[in-house]
Amino acid sequence: MKGPLAKTVILLVGMYVFLKFILPLFTAPLPASLIFLYLALTLASAMIFYTMSGGSLDEFMGPIGRFLTGTGQTGIAGTARILVFVLFPLLVGWQTYTRLAPSDMPPAENRTIHPAPPGEFVGLANPYPRTPENVMMGKGLYAAFCSPCHGANFDGKGPAAVGFNPPPANFSDPGTIAQLQESYLFWRIKKGGVGLPVEAMPWKSAMPRWEVELPDEWIWKIIMGEYDGAGQSPRTWEEEE
Amino acid sequence: MNRFNEGSHMKNHGIIEKLKSRVPTVKPSSLFGWSVFWALVLLPAVAWAQDAVTQAMSVEYRDIPGLGSRNVVWVVAQQHLLLAGFVLGVPIFAWVCEIVGWKTKEARYDTLAKEFTKLLTSAYATTALFGGILLFLLIGLYPKLMAYLSDIFFPSFIVYCILFLLETVTLYLYWYGWDAMQGSRKTFHLFLGFLLNVFALFIMIVPNAWATFQASPVVVAEGTAIDRAWAATWNPTWWPVNIHRLIANVVLGGFICGAYAGIRYLLAASQEEREHYDWMGYVGNFIGVFGMLPLPFAGYWLMREIYQYNQQMGITLMGGFLAWLFILQAMLIGVLFLGANYYFWMGITYRIPGSERTYRRPILAMLIVLMVCLGVWMTPHSLVASLEEARKMGGTHHPLLGVFGVMSAKMTVANLMILVTFMSFIMYWRAGKQETAGWAKIAKAVMGALLVLAGIAVIVLGVWGYFVPAIIRINYFSVAQVLIVLFVMVTFTPLTAVLMRSAKTTTEMVWGQMPIRAGYSLVSNAVMVILLMSLMGYARSSSRVHWHVYGVMRDTSEYAYSPALGYAAAFMSLNTFVFCLLVAFIFWVATMGDKGKKIPEQDQPEPAKIPAGVTPAMAGGSPREKA
Repeated sequence: MKGPLAKTVILLVGMYVFLKFILPLFTAPLPASLIFLYLALTLASAMIFYTMSGGSLDEFMGPIGRFLTGTGQTGIAGTARILVFVLFPLLVGWQTYTRLAPSDMPPAENRTIHPAPPGEFVGLANPYPRTPENVMMGKGLYAAFCSPCHGANFDGKGPAAVGFNPPPANFSDPGTIAQLQESYLFWRIKKGGVGLPVEAMPWKSAMPRWEVELPDEWIWKIIMGEYDGAGQSPRTWEEEE
Repeated sequence: MNRFNEGSHMKNHGIIEKLKSRVPTVKPSSLFGWSVFWALVLLPAVAWAQDAVTQAMSVEYRDIPGLGSRNVVWVVAQQHLLLAGFVLGVPIFAWVCEIVGWKTKEARYDTLAKEFTKLLTSAYATTALFGGILLFLLIGLYPKLMAYLSDIFFPSFIVYCILFLLETVTLYLYWYGWDAMQGSRKTFHLFLGFLLNVFALFIMIVPNAWATFQASPVVVAEGTAIDRAWAATWNPTWWPVNIHRLIANVVLGGFICGAYAGIRYLLAASQEEREHYDWMGYVGNFIGVFGMLPLPFAGYWLMREIYQYNQQMGITLMGGFLAWLFILQAMLIGVLFLGANYYFWMGITYRIPGSERTYRRPILAMLIVLMVCLGVWMTPHSLVASLEEARKMGGTHHPLLGVFGVMSAKMTVANLMILVTFMSFIMYWRAGKQETAGWAKIAKAVMGALLVLAGIAVIVLGVWGYFVPAIIRINYFSVAQVLIVLFVMVTFTPLTAVLMRSAKTTTEMVWGQMPIRAGYSLVSNAVMVILLMSLMGYARSSSRVHWHVYGVMRDTSEYAYSPALGYAAAFMSLNTFVFCLLVAFIFWVATMGDKGKKIPEQDQPEPAKIPAGVTPAMAGGSPREKA
């Protein structure tokens, strides 16, 4: 197997095998959308590289052109060509059918995880000082009300977490509460899943509306405890002294 | 004379007397009666007129049935903005080209600058036309908003009109005086070019104040009209948008001129034309890339200011429903970077014969780095996944690749892509030349070490950024990454220039040999940048959600909702398509004169023979392709 086209095919197959089968041995499987994206980038790389000069362009496109026109395609190659011409439309048909056939699976969703908060929550600051007592109280409240889902280690792996989809947020992940201001957390805890705005559809959150059970003071202290326990800092515009 | 007047006076007097005798005499009582009658008849009419005025004053919105007022304004505003970007960006590098020509005494730079300006003059009137259409549409369709904005910004409207007048006069003088102001008058012509750019800058920043005020208003209730306008102008996002647009205009102008050159190259009938437009395409691409390198930094600053101004707006853009636009943005910027580099690399392969083998490996390395970076940039924070896939991942965040979704990763790869693109240019600069300076080896070793260190430092800061508070990352780490990349650019450019000054040319650069796909890649770059501006224009505008003026004046029209992203994407594509058609038409008109000036075939000298082995660009590229 020589030549740019063969190398490209090998590269694409190798990449697919790596993303689909080898990577999941070490971590969670990748969704099809991401595999498709990375394969598209790999193909684009090969096309860019092999069309850089006239020589490599001919080597890359030559076999495709010969295959399509049938030039020099005799014997097994000729039969394979006809087979591909027959099978390819069938493959496209099968793909179309599987995409359009009714299914009980919900469609892939692009959920907005962090919708914009309502105006009344914008710019709120935690009114309680970050004292060891307040942090301690916040952690205690967290243990009582939040840890069953969000976990004692603030990693989203509480005993009740397995029952939810999507799972509870992992606060130790730098992509969650570390990206947000305290006022944002105050809004999410206070209003819960039912308080999500329109843009957050399909509103998949089992977060309770804690304002009916917890006073604001407790919520602010829980926020303090969460950040401290998860080893993260809230997003601010001023540096802490 | 007097006698004549007296005579005519006597005659007139007689006529008046006759007329008086025919007019019935009117009694005061009947005059009063008539007055009352007419008052009674006309009173409702006056009341109706007053109603009409009041009604007209109270109209808040008008609509265009079938099309929708918002859609019409969307298209017209985007066309105006893109045209304005081109018109304000081109004079910058046209003027720089003219200076280079004047300093180096190379006529081709002056010719190129004149060609750029020709495109500018033909686009200028269309820009003004769309500006006028936009203004009428806004006044007619959004009277309440326009009354409010006029009330605040009226002093700057006057300034804008004066600037427009000055810009037009200067442009006329600059363009029509080009040939007349050669020789000793060249310095005055250059001064006109300078003035043109100064007026263009202010023409851009004054309306920017109106647009940015809508996003981040500063409303002062007291003071004179000028005080209020001044306070509203200096709103938090004004300067970030000014800088971002200034750079983006250069990028847009550069790539569009590149596309123009690309098309002219594809249509070239003679080797001379091919050489000229190949070179012009290279300059256009270079200008586009030159502007593109600092553009992400300006964009980052703008987003930072928006986020700091209002958390809600920042989240809507970067984490909310508009966040997906930034994945599209990553894709478009990625394609733009790849397209620009692809053109550079093809330039090395085709214009410098024999260099293909030498630069194959470095090009492959750069391509891999660019693609890996693009892969990271395009990986969303929340992945598109089916229910089953999300279950397996434990949510829409992938435990390993989810880290690519946050700003620390995006900033790192953006910096690395800029670094690679800069090195691509340096490589192109050095190709076909042999350094002769005694210290060349040391200089190259230092540059190599510096490049590796810079790359490592950018990555280390990016990874470290995950473990520090957001404010430390934003204020120090991201800034440090930018400064490192800028440091590399600032040190490498003069060092390479000095090295090249004493270098000997081993392989002469051959123009007019690029394959047809080079012309297409120039066109593709222009389309990408137009699409990118349409995309981000929509993002900036829709981040105000249901507000005309954020937090001050609510949109109460029937269009006070954000359209679905697919609908918006269709409009962005439509805007890009319409703008490409417009530009094609303008350039076609602009070059009509050239065709007319061509010497008739019978009077033409013997056509220059195409060198042996050279194939016309349209026929399929360079000799090597045929070989």
